[in-house]
This record gives sequence, structure tokens and C-alpha cells, in this order.
Amino acid sequence: MRLDVLNHGYRPGTKLLFAVIRLFSGQPVPDAARLVFYRPDFYGSRAKEFTQQAMRGPSAWPVADRELMAAYVSTVNDSAFCIGAHSATAGQAYQDGAKVQAVLADLESAPIEAGLRATLRMLGTLTRAGKVSADEMRQVLSAGVSRQQVADALAVCAAFNTTDRLADAFGFEVLSPEGFETGARYLLKRGYQ
Amino acid sequence: MTRLASPARNPGKLRRAGRLATSRGRGREVHRTVLTEDRKRAAFQALQDRILTGPGRASPEQRARAFRNAGLAPPLGGLLGKVATRPAQVTDADFAAARAAGCTEDELFELVICAAVGQAGRLYDAGLAALAAAAGEEDG
Repeated sequence: MRLDVLNHGYRPGTKLLFAVIRLFSGQPVPDAARLVFYRPDFYGSRAKEFTQQAMRGPSAWPVADRELMAAYVSTVNDSAFCIGAHSATAGQAYQDGAKVQAVLADLESAPIEAGLRATLRMLGTLTRAGKVSADEMRQVLSAGVSRQQVADALAVCAAFNTTDRLADAFGFEVLSPEGFETGARYLLKRGYQ
Repeated sequence: MTRLASPARNPGKLRRAGRLATSRGRGREVHRTVLTEDRKRAAFQALQDRILTGPGRASPEQRARAFRNAGLAPPLGGLLGKVATRPAQVTDADFAAARAAGCTEDELFELVICAAVGQAGRLYDAGLAALAAAAGEEDG
């Protein structure tokens, strides 16, 4: 990572934990996980809590759809680490990696329901333009998405507009496909806390 | 009773009064719906409040400027502007220039986070405002 403190600035107990994780998973600890261990009182603790709420908290959206939203927002932001991590996680959650790739390649022709498509389109507009009109929001609601579901999708969008920026600014190392698949299994089993 | 009855008719008011955890009668569904949304926004707010006003190596003024993406001179302003609006274009040279201007690693850690959370928060609020506008018109 671009800051030396994020590569080497951890407490001895944290370094030991990284070594243990590496031993048991067979993969290096992803930079996304390392970041939240650096001075966790400043960012990591509360960031984990918000991300956990957004991605695993109460919602009518299944986990797979929320992971797809994370992958989609990351694609709009062109954030390589987060695209890899969350397309792998969404693919495992759906047990259908091809569906995820189809959405990321062309949202309009991908085989998903109208409500999810309208929601992803709206998140793309918001992320790209920094704003979204009431009219586009009405299109999401009239596609059968509840007001609460829109709010839940906006929470996912906020979590990944944060993480994408940190991944690109700090320079998270892009993992091998095996590394992303291992991380995805962890995120589906344990979440973000 | 007026405190409970009034927000039940007006979800916007209830959202601002997020501590009304219990409700009675026909307002119940509205309360539960709005409170879930509120918990997520509140968790984001807790993160935002911590990075802006809690202890840090960068001054609260610098953190606020990074968060707003306004009022920071180059080279720091250049780096943090990229974090906010085109993060994929951040380079090693942007960090090197900020270090050369006297920023420490821990200050950069904090300010980059402030810039990222600030932009994400503006998007979050813009989305919720558009939602309120669209849903409000539907209700009316």
C-alpha cells in the first residue's frame, strides 16, 4: 500500500494475527482487511459496523443482491480490488458467477429482475454524477422496489463509495482469483465485523 | 402521545426522532420501516462524527476541509480532490508530493479517509433526498 504505516505500522498482536490468518487460509491477508486494523479507533471499528449493517443487516435484499450492488458500484468507480472481491462474493452467493459477469458487462441485457436492474441503474447514476433525480428514483419505486429497499441500497452504495476510494488511493494489492475466492468465502461466512 | 402520533403520520419527522423505538396501533409498520433505515444512516453518521471531531494527528480544520473537498492548497488539495472525484487516478507521485510538503503518514491516513467518507456521505444524502422527494410525491 502507498502508506508505509499501512504496510508495517501494526501492533505485534495484529502482526501475529495476520500471520495466523495467512497460515490457515493459505492466502495473504487482503489489504481491505489490513486497513481496518490500523488505528481502528479512527476508522476501522466504525467502518466495520456501518459496512456490516449495510451488507448483512436487516433488509429485503438478499446478501447476493447486496454483494452485486457492491460489485456494480465498484465497477462504475473502476476500483479493481473491490470489483474482484465483490464479484467473487456475489458469484458465490448466487452460485452463479456468469450472472454477475453479465450484469457488470451490460446491465440492460443481463438476466435479472426489473427492480434490481432499476436499482443498480440508479446507483450507477448517483455514483457517476453525484446526484440522481426524483424522476429516476420514481422509476425504481415503480419497478416494485420499496422505499426501504432503496434506502438499504443507498447504504450499500455509501459503504462502497467509501471503500472503493480507499482501495484506489491507498493502493490495495489486487489478489489472484484464488485469493478473491478465499476472501469471498470468508465474507459470506463471517461478514464484515 | 402527540410525540408518537405525529411522526407516525410523517415518516420524515420520525426519521429525525430516531429514538422512538416503540409504537402502537396503525403506526407500527411505518415505525419499523423507518427505524431500519435510520440505524444504517446513524452508523454512517457515527463514522463521520468520529473522523471529523475525535482525536487525530491532522487538525479538525484540515479534516473538515478534506471531508468537504474544499479549501486545501496543492499538493494536498490535488491528492484529496482525486480521492473524492477520480480515485482511480491517484498515483505514488501524489503521495510523494504531499509528504514532501510536510504531511506525515498518519495525517495522510486520516485525510484520505476524510475525503473518501465525505464524498460517500454526499452521495448518500443526495440519494436519500431524491428518495424522499419521489416517495413524498407518491404519498401525496
